[in-house]
Amino acid sequence: MLLALLVLALITAALAAPAIVRAVSRRTHALGAGRRRAHRPDAIAYDPGRERRAEQRARQLLRSCVNDEEWGMYRDLGFIRVDGRKRAGRRGGEPSEVAGQAAAGRPGSEAPPAPYAYLVYPHKPILAYVPGSGQLLSEYCVEFPDLTSGGSGRLPASDDVLAKWMALTSDESRVIGRANMHLVGRQLDPARVRRDLWRLSEWERRRGNRGSVEARRA
Amino acid sequence: MIQIKFLRMKPGHGEVLLAEGDPRVREEEERLVEEFRRQLDEGMWAAVPTENPGSGRREARMVRDYSDIPLQAERVIFFPRAAGG
Repeated sequence: MLLALLVLALITAALAAPAIVRAVSRRTHALGAGRRRAHRPDAIAYDPGRERRAEQRARQLLRSCVNDEEWGMYRDLGFIRVDGRKRAGRRGGEPSEVAGQAAAGRPGSEAPPAPYAYLVYPHKPILAYVPGSGQLLSEYCVEFPDLTSGGSGRLPASDDVLAKWMALTSDESRVIGRANMHLVGRQLDPARVRRDLWRLSEWERRRGNRGSVEARRA
Repeated sequence: MIQIKFLRMKPGHGEVLLAEGDPRVREEEERLVEEFRRQLDEGMWAAVPTENPGSGRREARMVRDYSDIPLQAERVIFFPRAAGG
């Protein structure tokens, strides 16, 4: 009788052993992860309220830096157009060079004020295009990661737009040189970009800005 | 009195006031210079928003040294350097 009970206990222990090992292992991993989280100073939980307040402040800062037209564009359309600063055909691979070729192929295209322009979206690549023809040139993938602060290191959306605007209007070559250039379509949907250009032309037409290239094309 | 503000874009905060002072006052200018260098050492870019008084066109001017800050500037905005995304 005693022998039978002993055998039964051994069989039960052998059957339960894998489940016990798995439970102990899970518990050990959970404790380790908790300790790692506790010791990592940059582990800041996502707080939607804080992010919303940050975005509100960022919008105020953006509004105070750009002109009324650019602010209205961002508020109504969600992006800002920035005219290219460089003359066409200076350096290979840059929008000015491609736009120069495009302009040369168009009849009656004598030196428009801005041979190329950029659409600046928050947390998306900068898009270069030719305002006169609507030709999409390329997308420039660029980020402004803050590696010194905790959390994601990602600026609020309006700060990202302002950073791109400041970089493009002050030192276009430097920011374009640091960006990864791709054909349009890698991250931005060409159909959506064309729709945005149409929205921009309609927006400018409604504002009475008939002098702009987009409004004339509409 | 000319006051200049140093602002920095920060994730999760929007802009943060780093320093403020009158560059004509020696102690305040020293503090501004120190803060400017610290930000550049941390890898920030610095830009001054400007407005062309004639055309009204607004743009930014990148500054790489404290002495590059225009005299009439009211603020300098620090933001992280661009990197390929």
